[in-house]
Amino acid sequence: MLLPEHSGGPVLSAVPTPAPLVALRDVHLAFGGNAVLKGIDLEVRRGQAVSIIGPSGSGKSTILRCITGLLAPQQGTVTVGGVAVRELRSEAERIALRKRVGFVFQQYNLFPHLTVLQNLAIAPVRVLGRGRAEAEATAIELLRKVRLADKASAYPGELSGGQQQRVAIARALAMEPELILFDEVTSALDPETVGEVLTVIGDLVAEGLTCLLVTHEMRFAEEISDEVYFTESGRIVEHGPARRIFSEPRSERTRAFLNRALGAAPRVAADPFVFSFDKLRFAV
Amino acid sequence: MATADSTVRGVPAWPRAGRFAGLLWLLPLVAVALAATRHPDLARALGSAWQWSPALLRGFLVNVGVSLLAIALGTAGGLLVGALRLSPLALLWRPAQLYVQVFRNAPWLVLIYFSTYVFPFEVNIGSHIVPFPDWLKVVLGLALPASANVAEVLRGSVQSIPLTQWEAASSMAFSRWQILRLIVGPQCVRRMLPPWMNLYATLTMSTALASLVGVHDLLDTAQIASNTVNQTAFTVLIYFIVLAMFFAWCYPISRFTRFLEQKHAVA
Repeated sequence: MLLPEHSGGPVLSAVPTPAPLVALRDVHLAFGGNAVLKGIDLEVRRGQAVSIIGPSGSGKSTILRCITGLLAPQQGTVTVGGVAVRELRSEAERIALRKRVGFVFQQYNLFPHLTVLQNLAIAPVRVLGRGRAEAEATAIELLRKVRLADKASAYPGELSGGQQQRVAIARALAMEPELILFDEVTSALDPETVGEVLTVIGDLVAEGLTCLLVTHEMRFAEEISDEVYFTESGRIVEHGPARRIFSEPRSERTRAFLNRALGAAPRVAADPFVFSFDKLRFAV
Repeated sequence: MATADSTVRGVPAWPRAGRFAGLLWLLPLVAVALAATRHPDLARALGSAWQWSPALLRGFLVNVGVSLLAIALGTAGGLLVGALRLSPLALLWRPAQLYVQVFRNAPWLVLIYFSTYVFPFEVNIGSHIVPFPDWLKVVLGLALPASANVAEVLRGSVQSIPLTQWEAASSMAFSRWQILRLIVGPQCVRRMLPPWMNLYATLTMSTALASLVGVHDLLDTAQIASNTVNQTAFTVLIYFIVLAMFFAWCYPISRFTRFLEQKHAVA
């Protein structure tokens, strides 16, 4: 491994290290003749929460899939902790990458034949070689963190969307990744359960989790992100500190998008589930 | 469970009746016993049936044996063909598809005649002459369509597992083999079980076709008994018994299949 030993798990220091944990340089990707990414440059440093916002179909989810090696770009480089994702040839190398990068999907994608507890414990046991008892103890701990300890023996099909998504987040955390990618994790949820999932993510960010989020929750992105990227039709239109992007966007297109997005959606703060963002900002 | 929720609370009349419905099959037996006290013909037929019962049971054992061997062979072959059918290589999946289409679209009786008359009645292995009995040919004749159906069941179940399960599992650093073994495989087995058991029930019923190519199964024994006793009441009775024996074997299977289907619908 090219990096100094890292214990894994949420990084508690928010001090940016010189080398970014994730770096995309001029990434191009096309499905057939359909160009989805047209030269993406993006960085995530340890301890940072970075959001990608932008209209649907602008390639946001594709960026996440390139980082974890589910998709391979035709041009450009993707590095995670100094490892070039595109050069990974063997399955063992891809597995090594995916141990470091967690992924939470829009549709949760829990394993329906396993209980909540088994969903959390199976990868630590089978992939990381942990003992079953240890993995299950950790799993219970994580379930407590996402406020679902009482659902440990339930099957995913018995849970609501918001509960399933919180299990999926806990499942990603169980691998103690250095980074978690969140792919529109609230887009498939009922409006009343969006808040509970955002609260969990907000708590994790406050604890220093390094993460890259694709989201349509603008207020949420503004409150928790250190850095925000605005993408449109496969390109980064603009990026910068969250507060600046939202308060004084430089690009006319960013401004138009934010006006539409924020005009349509009420402030998240009106949601009863929402926690205090001020406390959070302090912690980050 | 949906069915449990749909019953109105406080009105348990139907579920309670259902508890005793299982005993309804005793009614015809009681009716026959009562009728036998009035009709000497029927009493004589019952006596003959009792005498023939060991032969009938032996015959039914042939049906059960043939069905178990055929489903075992058919499952093994079907899993293999189904795996080939799922291969991305045209060299593998095209022949597998041809096999499936040919044997799923052939009448089972035709396949039984086919295997009975196409295969030799004995095989020479070196200096040994190994007989190739009719019942084994029937097993093969039934295993062919069974394997084609199992292959199709396997393909359907694998393709019914959403690709996102693969994506989720690989993003959790599972290897391809682990994904098959731990994530996709178990989900496939669950989905395959009900149609596979349906297939077995159908196959068991089809073993009666073996009587047409001279295998001494239950139906063949019943025919012999009927001809030997040569009495109308006995003939009617014996075919009722044959029906009841097949029913007693297949009905619990289909009930269990339905139970699994309902369980699967929830999980």
